[in-house]
Amino acid sequence: MSDRTNGKPETGAFFARDRAWHAPALTPGYKTSVLRSPQKALLSLDGTISEITGPVFGHSLIGELDNDLIHNFAKPGESAIGERIIVHGRVLDERGRAVPGVLLEFWQANAGGRYRHKKESYLAPLDPNFGGCGRTITDEEGGYAFRTIKPGPYPWPNGVNDWRPAHIHFSVFGHGFAQRLITQMYFEGDPMIWKCPIVNTIPDRQAVEQLIAPLDWANTIPFDARAYKFDIVLRGRRSTLFENRLEGN
Amino acid sequence: MVQQLGYLKETPSQTAGPYVHIGLTPNFCGIAGVYQTDLGSRMVNDETRGERITITGRVIDGAGAPLKDALVEIWQADAAGLYNSPTEIRGAADPNFSGWGRCATGAEDGVFSFETVKPARVPYSHDRQMAPHITFWIVARGINVGLHTRMYFPDEQEANAADPLLARIEHRHRVATLVATGSAPNYVFDIHLQGEKETVFLDI
Repeated sequence: MSDRTNGKPETGAFFARDRAWHAPALTPGYKTSVLRSPQKALLSLDGTISEITGPVFGHSLIGELDNDLIHNFAKPGESAIGERIIVHGRVLDERGRAVPGVLLEFWQANAGGRYRHKKESYLAPLDPNFGGCGRTITDEEGGYAFRTIKPGPYPWPNGVNDWRPAHIHFSVFGHGFAQRLITQMYFEGDPMIWKCPIVNTIPDRQAVEQLIAPLDWANTIPFDARAYKFDIVLRGRRSTLFENRLEGN
Repeated sequence: MVQQLGYLKETPSQTAGPYVHIGLTPNFCGIAGVYQTDLGSRMVNDETRGERITITGRVIDGAGAPLKDALVEIWQADAAGLYNSPTEIRGAADPNFSGWGRCATGAEDGVFSFETVKPARVPYSHDRQMAPHITFWIVARGINVGLHTRMYFPDEQEANAADPLLARIEHRHRVATLVATGSAPNYVFDIHLQGEKETVFLDI
């Protein structure tokens, strides 16, 4: 397996997170962050066994329709309304190695930009055949795929006229709790990406581009669904060759 | 010119947003029938070894209001100090204990709660131990990068005094922000995002 060295699981600490690559906590353009952002410095330290370890989930967790948002909430014989798409890609770590066995959970608005949630008040209608959640686990090569409809953009209360670009939320478990990540995927060619206060919390344009999935024409299925490719990179793990071992060197 | 390291950059984090429940606790928000149960809603069963405890708390913003749309996850060792993880190489953890839990904060009161067992100490290095603790991870609308912190136990003063992470906190009055209140078996752990009582968050 790619995560093992000489048959032993890798137990090194993770590469330090590049905080300049991520959004800072306080981003006044995204108003909710103002009262929810820690103001004191984070306490930085090398990962311990509590962060190097993490929960893993077996493939038996995954139901037959869990990676098919077009059908997993739909009545028998019916399907969700919208542009049919396949989202697929690989989960890698910063060393470029595949990360197998990663639980990916995703959620999104329907084709009209409406979420199935009691706090949601946008006037666009619910789709009775669309719930908006799905999940899958990466294979030995770190690969994953799911089927869904392309979510619509929607307005949200922040500035007077702020809209979210079409996006899919991702939650990712790596092999250590330090790798835990939630992010959002955007779609190639959407001019609204660069107007979004949440996208613009990320200071580096190249970092934002890492969240934009290109149209994958080669994997598009004729007369069925277009494909978008979205690779996810988790923190890399240090080699354990010269680490202090918990059981003693 | 030198060789290229060729490392990739980590995918940037984005906020979990106001509708995180749709993806991570769909049954909690009324989306029934997709998953049988919400993942992480149960950490223990009747066979789990160790001292049963409950942890309740709130995530409180800079205006003193509890977040009613946050999601909290915890990760911890079992009653013997072993993690239920493939990366745990010291032994096999209790198979009846997941070690991981997930809970949305209440839509009315903002309270989260976990039923779990008290973890034992775990090693920091080959000759130092950490005090019993539980890792917390908090995401919500308005939080751009998930927040890591830890909860320690108020009835472990001696172990806490020797804990390597707590020892790193420069301003000693802030150590208390990582120690639960209450007493066995009911502990309370409020997380303050800002202000005088701001919790120590970790870059770890």
